[in-house]
Amino acid sequence: MSLRTPLGKALGLGSAKDGTGHWWSQRVTAAALAILGLWFAIALASLDGFDFQTVRLWLGAPLNSILLIILVATLFYHSSLGVQVVIEDYVHEDGGKVIALVLAKFIHLFAAVVGIFAVLRISFGA
Amino acid sequence: MATDNRPLSPHLQVYSPQITSVLSILHRITGVVMSLGALLLAYWLLALASGPVAYAGALEVLGSVPVMLILFAVSYCFFYHLCNGLRHLAWDAGWGFELPQVYASGWAVVIASLVLTLVFWVALLAGGSS
Repeated sequence: MSLRTPLGKALGLGSAKDGTGHWWSQRVTAAALAILGLWFAIALASLDGFDFQTVRLWLGAPLNSILLIILVATLFYHSSLGVQVVIEDYVHEDGGKVIALVLAKFIHLFAAVVGIFAVLRISFGA
Repeated sequence: MATDNRPLSPHLQVYSPQITSVLSILHRITGVVMSLGALLLAYWLLALASGPVAYAGALEVLGSVPVMLILFAVSYCFFYHLCNGLRHLAWDAGWGFELPQVYASGWAVVIASLVLTLVFWVALLAGGSS
C-alpha cells in the first residue's frame, strides 16, 4: 500500500519537491560534455601555437565557433548544477544558502554569456 | 521536540580512506576546481575577442608559471572528472556494481586520467613550439 496521495504521484516531484529534472539534466549535459570536452582538448593539443592569429583563425571557422558556443553553454550549465548541489550539501544556514545559490547562478550565467558573446564576436569578424 | 541534540553518526575521520570514498570526493573536488577554471576559459575567449593587445596581455597572465601550474591542475581535473564521470554514467545505467568491478574501474580511472593528462601536455607543448 502506498501512502502517497494521487496528486503527489501524478506530479512525481518526490520529497525534494523537485522531481528528477536536476539529476537528469546533470547526466545529459555530462554525456554531451564528455564528447565536447574531448573535442576541445584534442583541438587545443593540435593547435599550431597560441598566438593571436592562429587561435582566431581556428576559432573563426564556423564549425569550431558552433561547437565552442555549445561547449560553453553546456559547460556552465553543468557546472551550475554541480555547484548548486555542493552549496546545498555544505551551507546549512537558510539565508546564507539562498544567497550562495543565487550568487552562483548569476556568476555562471555571466561567465556563459561572456564566453558565447566572445565567440560570436570573433566569428562575425569584429 | 528538541532536534538539535540528537546523536550524530561518527565523523569522517574515524573511517580509513578507501579507493571508493577517495575517488568519490575527488570527483566533487575536481568538479569545483573546474568550475573555477572555467572562468579562465571565459577570460581567454574574451581577451581573444578584444583584440591583439588584450590577447597579448592575457597570454602573459596565462603563460606565467603560477597560472600554468593552475592550468595543469585544471587539465588533470578535467581528465579525472571525464574518466570518473563515464564511470558514474555506467553505474547510472546499472553496469559495474560488483565490488571487484568497482575497484578495477576505480584504478582504471586513476591510471587513465594520469596518462591522458601527460599525453595532452606533451601534444600541447609540441604543437606550441612548431
